[in-house]
Amino acid sequence: MTTTYRTCPRTGLQFEAQAEALMKVNAFVAVVALLVGGLLAIGVALTRWPAVHWLPADTFYMVLTAHGIDMLIFWIIFFEVAVLYFASSTLLRCRLATPKIAWLAFWLMLVGAVMNNVAVFQGGSSVMMTSYVPMMAAPHFYLGLILFAVGALIACFIFFGTLVVAKRDKTYQGSIPLVTFGAVTAAVIAVFTISSGAIILIPTFLQSVGLVKEVDALVYRTIWWAFGHSSQQINVAAHISIWYAAAAIAFGAKPMSERVSRGAFLLYILFLQLASAHHLLADPGLSTGWKVINTSYFMYFAVLASMIHGLTIPGAIEVAQRAKGYNKGLFEWLRKAPWGNPTFSGVFIAIIGFGFLGGISGVMMGTEQLNMIIHNTVYVPGHFHATVVVGTTLTFMALTYFLLPALFKREVINPGLARLQPYLFGLSMYFFCLVMMGAGTLGVSRRHWDMAFNGHALAYEWPGAAYLMMGLVGIAGVIAIVGGGLYVYLTVGTLLWGKKLDAGQTSPAFTPIPRTAPTVAAQTYGSAGFAAPGTFALAMVFLGAFVLYYFINWKYLSTVWGLS
Amino acid sequence: MSAILPPAERLWWKHPLDRVEGTWIVIALIWCLTMFFMMIGWHIWGKQNLSTETYKTTRELFTAKAQAVVDKYTVRTETADKVPVVAPPAGADVYMIARLWNFWPILELEKGKTYRLHLTSMDYNHGFSLQPANINIQIVPGYEHVVTVTPNQSGTYSVVCNEYCGINHHTMVGRIYVK
Repeated sequence: MTTTYRTCPRTGLQFEAQAEALMKVNAFVAVVALLVGGLLAIGVALTRWPAVHWLPADTFYMVLTAHGIDMLIFWIIFFEVAVLYFASSTLLRCRLATPKIAWLAFWLMLVGAVMNNVAVFQGGSSVMMTSYVPMMAAPHFYLGLILFAVGALIACFIFFGTLVVAKRDKTYQGSIPLVTFGAVTAAVIAVFTISSGAIILIPTFLQSVGLVKEVDALVYRTIWWAFGHSSQQINVAAHISIWYAAAAIAFGAKPMSERVSRGAFLLYILFLQLASAHHLLADPGLSTGWKVINTSYFMYFAVLASMIHGLTIPGAIEVAQRAKGYNKGLFEWLRKAPWGNPTFSGVFIAIIGFGFLGGISGVMMGTEQLNMIIHNTVYVPGHFHATVVVGTTLTFMALTYFLLPALFKREVINPGLARLQPYLFGLSMYFFCLVMMGAGTLGVSRRHWDMAFNGHALAYEWPGAAYLMMGLVGIAGVIAIVGGGLYVYLTVGTLLWGKKLDAGQTSPAFTPIPRTAPTVAAQTYGSAGFAAPGTFALAMVFLGAFVLYYFINWKYLSTVWGLS
Repeated sequence: MSAILPPAERLWWKHPLDRVEGTWIVIALIWCLTMFFMMIGWHIWGKQNLSTETYKTTRELFTAKAQAVVDKYTVRTETADKVPVVAPPAGADVYMIARLWNFWPILELEKGKTYRLHLTSMDYNHGFSLQPANINIQIVPGYEHVVTVTPNQSGTYSVVCNEYCGINHHTMVGRIYVK
């Protein structure tokens, strides 16, 4: 098949024509899903804000279902498909394998996403993203998800095929880049995840059309979460890869050590998919041993991997900055970072928020006993907004500011707003997550329309602090939605009205990646001293917060009723 | 030269670790193992561990057992719906049914006494969220979960359903008194 390769004059990246078109449509549909999910977020935030309590109950539950699915599944996975094609075809400078099938995958995903949304908005499928049986949604709710999953699974295999093409065509020498390695991790986890989703959603679909009598409620929960939680692990692998890429793009930073970073990704492949247990710690029927081993990702080895990435990415930036002469004190390298560049600021806000808010709270919830004081409270969405919104979504937004000129060949409209956007969105989400976790610590339920239990004879009265926290959740949510809206405006506005940029040279053949000589810097840092003392200091602050908060939660647990 | 290019050194796996990385890995590993053994330790020394005693059950079977306890130990009824308030003796098996959209019956327990609380759902998934103590347990239909509870403070407790269970989910609330 004939194709062409375009070399971007601004970044030096080489885009193959088919891959480029596919990246564009997948990224664009992702942003549309984000827009829909963001509009729905207005309904969720303004209803859970007790003083506003906007939507009626049935609309609220419908809107919450759609918000969850559009954001967690459609926005993120469409964008991830674009990232997979970028990490394979663009970074390895090769053609995309079987582009026609890649288009089929795209259409399957699109039809599935639309079908699922139609089912939800028809009103008979307000079952939340988790759609726990025996509560049933309309058949096309499940069918939409299944079609989407099949499409996404095909996209993963296109990615693997593209790696084979690059190897065979010898477009690079030695090992694949670290970012591509991270994308491989994401794709391997995705295959496991999407298969789990299919295994449980297909019988549930058959039950909804009357062909299967009953899917067991506990079996559903166990297998569904192998899909539901593991799909968030795809996000982790994907956004961490992008963090490495952003460090490379913004600073020319090289990984501190390929061995450590790749080893950490390998730990993800080995252990991340045990995470189904996180959601079943308060369930009947599962043994303690199973819960403890699985919830800890086998002795917390996947947490270890995240703690490693959390050090090595800022560490790589620090080493690169110090090499440029920003050597004063512990933190000059950080003060002199390009804080006005939204790709960098977005990624940095994402790293800190993901670690401090999402990471620490995730371990709390995933501790077998501590889960009892957290399960199904609004602490849970507080946690996953820190991981999926601050971590993944903000990272994808940051990457977009790089892709608009490189991939879409447009100059970002209104750079001033673009500079502001990651701060507005990221910092309001920090606050949103914090107050949500605060309300959750007081026990407030998630997915709940009326915390006042208006008119109920047995009504429970939440403490005033819980109302205050939920009010703040509403306010912070609205500000974050404005920040997200700004992103959609900047992205779509740039595609419509942004100044067209030079496309660069197009050639019918690829240019192989030239061999890079080992740099001097690579050989000077050994184990002689601390190459990144500032990052190490930050890591110790993180560890201190982690340890302190961990034992505070145990203290809290020790005060509740005895349970055995 | 960077993370988006193939590693410059072909034998990257032989590249020495920086001391920052090595030190951090050791610290992080120790912390991870501490957290792992903390969970196991709490099973030995802690007083809040969720029971795993579970039986398959049916609506009819569980309702019959719950009804028997209600018939035996009801001390009064409350609210317009005449929900029975059940005060079982210490150590007894007590039953609580979660269904669309209430918890039945109301329990009256004694502080410091231990009870075997049987939970199940008659229909969808429900949540047992004991407030303000903030203990949260999943209730799954078809499974009878036996949790041993020891209230440590007297007062009026609410049981809030915190698993989404349909259009009136937010009206599903029950009660436990502790004397």
